[in-house]
Amino acid sequence: MSNDFRTCPDTGFKIHLPADKLIKWNAVTAIVFLLIGGIFGLLVALTRWPAVHILPPDLFYLALTAHGLDVLLVWVIFFEIALLYFTSAVLLNARLVGPKLGWLAYVLMLGGALMTNVAVLRGDSSVMFTSYVPMQAAPDFYLGIILFAVGALIGCGLFFATIIVAKKERTYEGSIPLVTFGALTAAIIAVFTILAGAAILVPTLFWSMGLIAHIDTLMYKVVWWAMGHSSQQINVAAHIAVWYAIAAILFGAKPLSEKVSRFAFLLYILFLQLASAHHLLVEPGLSSEYKIFNTSYALYLAVLASMIHGLTVPGAVEAAQRKKGFNKGLFEWLRKAPWGNPVFSGFAMSVVFFGFLGGISGVMMGTEQLNIIIHNTIYVPGHFHATVVTGTTLAFMALSYWLVPTLWQKELFLPGIAKWQPYLFGIGMALVSTFMMGAGTLGVPRRHWDISFADAAMGFDFPAAAYLMMGLNGISAIVAALGAMIFIINMVGTLLLGKDKVPAAAAPEEPVAPAAPPASAATSYGSAGTMEVPGTFVLALIFLVSFILYYFVNWKYLASVWGLS
Amino acid sequence: MAIFPPKERIWWNTPVEKTEVMWVTIALIWALVMFFMMPYWHLTGDQNLSNEAYKISADAYAEKTEKMAALYKVREEGDTGIPVVAPPAGSDVYMLGRLWEWWPVLELEAGKTYRLHLSSLDWQHGFSLLPENINIQVHPDYEMVVTVTPKNPGEYGIVCNEFCGAGHHTMVGKIYVK
Ligand code: HEM
Ligand SMILES: [Cu+2]
Ligand SMILES: [Cu+2]
Repeated sequence: MSNDFRTCPDTGFKIHLPADKLIKWNAVTAIVFLLIGGIFGLLVALTRWPAVHILPPDLFYLALTAHGLDVLLVWVIFFEIALLYFTSAVLLNARLVGPKLGWLAYVLMLGGALMTNVAVLRGDSSVMFTSYVPMQAAPDFYLGIILFAVGALIGCGLFFATIIVAKKERTYEGSIPLVTFGALTAAIIAVFTILAGAAILVPTLFWSMGLIAHIDTLMYKVVWWAMGHSSQQINVAAHIAVWYAIAAILFGAKPLSEKVSRFAFLLYILFLQLASAHHLLVEPGLSSEYKIFNTSYALYLAVLASMIHGLTVPGAVEAAQRKKGFNKGLFEWLRKAPWGNPVFSGFAMSVVFFGFLGGISGVMMGTEQLNIIIHNTIYVPGHFHATVVTGTTLAFMALSYWLVPTLWQKELFLPGIAKWQPYLFGIGMALVSTFMMGAGTLGVPRRHWDISFADAAMGFDFPAAAYLMMGLNGISAIVAALGAMIFIINMVGTLLLGKDKVPAAAAPEEPVAPAAPPASAATSYGSAGTMEVPGTFVLALIFLVSFILYYFVNWKYLASVWGLS
Repeated sequence: MAIFPPKERIWWNTPVEKTEVMWVTIALIWALVMFFMMPYWHLTGDQNLSNEAYKISADAYAEKTEKMAALYKVREEGDTGIPVVAPPAGSDVYMLGRLWEWWPVLELEAGKTYRLHLSSLDWQHGFSLLPENINIQVHPDYEMVVTVTPKNPGEYGIVCNEFCGAGHHTMVGKIYVK
């Protein structure tokens, strides 16, 4: 039993070898699919650059379908499964329950991903990852996704079992760590998500095989988004758990308050099944009462939760930095942060871009009436590249810079260029988001091959600004894609060519201890009267002011369009 | 540290720092403001989608649209000879989406109000009225009714912004406002 474990020389965690292996394979597979999906993304962006327009229409719609699936589904979820194993087995010093089932999950997910990719690449299933009926894909398109989801469900099951067994076997004392709690939130939401997915994709599979005659288009969307929306809530919970982990790893940061942070995660679980209506705000046949209640997660309580994390994550870093003596003024703690360490820079940009770009735009367009001026324009992909790319993907990249060298005990392959990579990818992608959102406010449609309408009987002339933005979007996409490629080369290079780590070497660059012993960073709060994290509070207020201004500017814009009632 | 079990075993009894309490309060107030903006706009705003929608078959909808087009056709346009239809102010106005056109072309008067019906004869389409940037999802088997009041005279494009297959990017329609 005990020789199934090794002790990590960097962190002191006892690592269960079968868990170690599963984490590695899931993470590497994720990264390979990021490569594939990223190439499709670049091709799509270059096609949408009117002056370049690289793909013909059929291949464009094919590439767009493949892009959505390979990044949103395959890259993100494989990485999340690795995270689930890491946050349960490794962080709890426990054995992973049922490693064989873990491999079954892996094979199902990989097989499913390949099956769906083959269906798409064959050319008869360019239905976009949303596969809205009555547009029909080949049966293996749906079957692949279903197999993938079954695999992911097994992964979640192993995570729950591992936590329970760890408690029984007393591998840890007291409550599970906050990071594991965040991952638990993600896993609970994942179960709901996968069940909703089954409820809609299984009938759709039968329909594509001719066993079911008809699927109602509105019902499809309502159930599909019960999956589609909650799966984004998984990503948010997972990358916020990663934020807390990085703050702890780099700074020994302790959450300002366990109670508040855990409560915020709990809000995600309570409202997880809501908000799917923000994809349905301009559909016929749904009442305004339902839309308002659902799109706002009851009363925006899950948004409240995200705003809480938005304060407590940087707040934890500020508190830890001040403890170390970076106490001058409001922002010395931030200026003196390790900006050359990709773990930190990726994390910092992830927090900022997710909040300012993704969060604000998401709440705005999720407002019942404001959605009218946004729905299905390219503003929508602009918004979610800020959330799921500069938020989730960048956070996962940042963690990988620590996780991969630590698990494999290798030196980073290209430490010099790694310093720059998060900036290339993060800023490039933030610009992609911004330009898509800008073009969307001019009405440029999403999923559209040609906004000059050269082949159409009637046309519409978009203003020159729309063309300019789509061009700038293409250029930014090249920068971001370059950043993604460098990340992938660096990770794969580290595995295949990285030098073995000299024990006790710290994370790449900057001499920050990867994991300070818990006691050294333990700060206690509650000293009424003094504000412990004034810098973070000022940043949070800047965020709030931007949010309020942007929100009301859009109401003003809405008020200027045709009357509708 | 967040990667270890909390040091205080009874973490749920520890006091919460002042900054956090303030931020949670502010954020909660903002959440409530945003929530109440939606019902508020239903009462006072001029841009609210109606909840009026009916189930209808593609044939029945096509028939209603053709009937209106025949009644109020003023001319034909372009190579396709698509009818331009000018229904009276206040009336029921029909537009249908199908692979890959919006049919017919409408001619409306600024400042007048119309009951605009929208439905699809085949797949889902996206009704995107430009440059206004008013976007409405159009489903087959559902007929949605929106009361519209065009503001300024001009020529408006209707671009399809829901992916609807190989010719999606050629699906453009038109509304004239006089
Ligand atoms: C090199 C990196 C990337 C580039 C250049 C890129 C670019 C684009 C572009 C231009 C679109 C098309 C918008 C449209 O025509 O409607 C798109 C769609 C999309 N992207 Fe990305 N993207 C990248 C990475 C990612 C990542 C990492 C994710 C997810 C984690 C992602 C998720 C999506 C999704 C879900 C869609 C929507 C597909 C659809 O409409 O069906 N992208 N991307
Ligand atoms: Cu269409
Ligand atoms: Cu279309």
